[in-house]
Amino acid sequence: MPKLTHVPYYPGCSLKTKALGYERSAMDCAKTLGFKMHEIATWNCCGASYPLTKDNLMGLAAPTNILVEAEQHCSERKIDAQLITLCSFCYNTLKRTDFEFKDKPEKLETLNAFLKRSYQGSVKVLHYLEYLRDVIGFDNLAKMVKRDMSQLRVAPYYGCLLLKPHKEIGLDDPEEPVILHDFLEALGCQVVDFPGQVDCCGSYLIMRNPEKVLELSHNILQEANEYGAQALVTACPLCQSNLDQSEGERHGADHFLGVQGMPIFYFTQLLAVALGLDTELHQFEKHCIDPKLVLSTCFEDDAKKIESKK
Amino acid sequence: MSNENKQVKHVTMVGDRTIPPKDARFISIYIMGQRYKVPETLTIVKAMEYAGYQFKRGCGCRGGICGACGTFYRVLGDHNIYTGLACQTVVQPDMILAQTPFFPPNRADHIGLLKSKLPPDEQIATLYPEIFRCVGCGTCTRTCPMGIDVMNYIAFFKRGDVLGGAKESFDCIMCGLCVVRCPANITQMKVGMAGRRIAATRLIPSSAVTRKRAEQVRAGRYEKMLSELGQMDKEKLKEIYVSREREPNLSQPGEWMPKDQSHL
Repeated sequence: MPKLTHVPYYPGCSLKTKALGYERSAMDCAKTLGFKMHEIATWNCCGASYPLTKDNLMGLAAPTNILVEAEQHCSERKIDAQLITLCSFCYNTLKRTDFEFKDKPEKLETLNAFLKRSYQGSVKVLHYLEYLRDVIGFDNLAKMVKRDMSQLRVAPYYGCLLLKPHKEIGLDDPEEPVILHDFLEALGCQVVDFPGQVDCCGSYLIMRNPEKVLELSHNILQEANEYGAQALVTACPLCQSNLDQSEGERHGADHFLGVQGMPIFYFTQLLAVALGLDTELHQFEKHCIDPKLVLSTCFEDDAKKIESKK
Repeated sequence: MSNENKQVKHVTMVGDRTIPPKDARFISIYIMGQRYKVPETLTIVKAMEYAGYQFKRGCGCRGGICGACGTFYRVLGDHNIYTGLACQTVVQPDMILAQTPFFPPNRADHIGLLKSKLPPDEQIATLYPEIFRCVGCGTCTRTCPMGIDVMNYIAFFKRGDVLGGAKESFDCIMCGLCVVRCPANITQMKVGMAGRRIAATRLIPSSAVTRKRAEQVRAGRYEKMLSELGQMDKEKLKEIYVSREREPNLSQPGEWMPKDQSHL
């Protein structure tokens, strides 16, 4: 087996609790795709939302701690300074912090003095999707797909934080993004392009005003449904949670009942399915809407093939 | 004060004031804003006693393990705040000392909750929701006189890894200096303590040896020994303490047995 590329990884809090399936599926897929995500030894919460005030030094302390740990991690191992993330919130916060330091180096100087650290500003913050696109390549990814996904009609859902603000994130076009489309095409799914793909799901308003969030999420799901999608993929734990809850509510599900409806996949969960990996530990059972029902209808032939072999 | 001193004078071996050798070098330190000349090489506790202070309560173990003597200090002309344990830190010239008095921690009642049905991580979040106010400034880590990465163990608890937090906070001696400095008003030491208790009761498998010993203690196995010690006079206590047998360091299990086996 060829040696796996060492990629430093920052999980963030959600990935260790509610979105464990996202992390596990991403790690499993990474091994198949030829790289290994190494969690940096010391990390704290990124702050979850980027501080938007002008005087935001205190809010930048947390992401700076993470970046400096990543920088140390890389320099100890003499590898390129980069940091891969999965959660859109973490990605957004870290990437914008990095941008802020490039834009206003004096802020980094102040923070270094305050934190008694010496961050050089060398870490490149990457999203897992970005790594797939720019390092692995979607063409190569397509070659590694093991299962026929052509029966599955999936709508990509980007949300906000993966793409915006464009000037600072620069992952893809903020209004007409294609990265998840290309990803799904590489898997061989039928991609459902729908206008709600960059709408807001309601985000952390779920804590204050859950009705509003369920309504916003419902609109997105409704639209995807009207455009013929069987499932949604997303890269954000909070979008996943909000959409999944909303869809569950619509179908009268209590938590974790596994009712039929439109499941919300993390893109890595679908990737694991396409690569033919064992998805037992990927926590499909933690979704309100059981993704296995949709998958089983799409892989009916597959199932029959397996049956006949037995 | 002066009366006490007069009494003390003709009793030998009473009082903790260090008697410096004749050629000792003296340095000046500041205690509560007052300058004192004290012999160098003393620890902060001994220097304060040399300066005339008497510790009657909360002076601690003097062994660097109880956390009672957490001290903040500055050095003249240096803007940094330093921390240390007064019983372990040696005085240096122009030190300005401030020992922390009782500083109120937020102490949630977690004993009843140890039996709670909540998952361990949610238990911590319920008891000490203020940990989510952490802004990641790392002041606690820089303050800790034990060199614990305090912010990291709070981060463990925030992400729901109670066992990780319990392990990372294990060396905490509850001096509370981090609590004094935290801008988010977190009581780190109590969070760590709750985490270690929850980990010990719910996450770490309990050891059969410990359970057996706990039962023996509860059944009163050591009561007689303790009451014997309690009734002993001071001289006798000193004598048996000095002549006590100790297991040699690094001896293998079963290799060493005490001569007096009457209490085993």
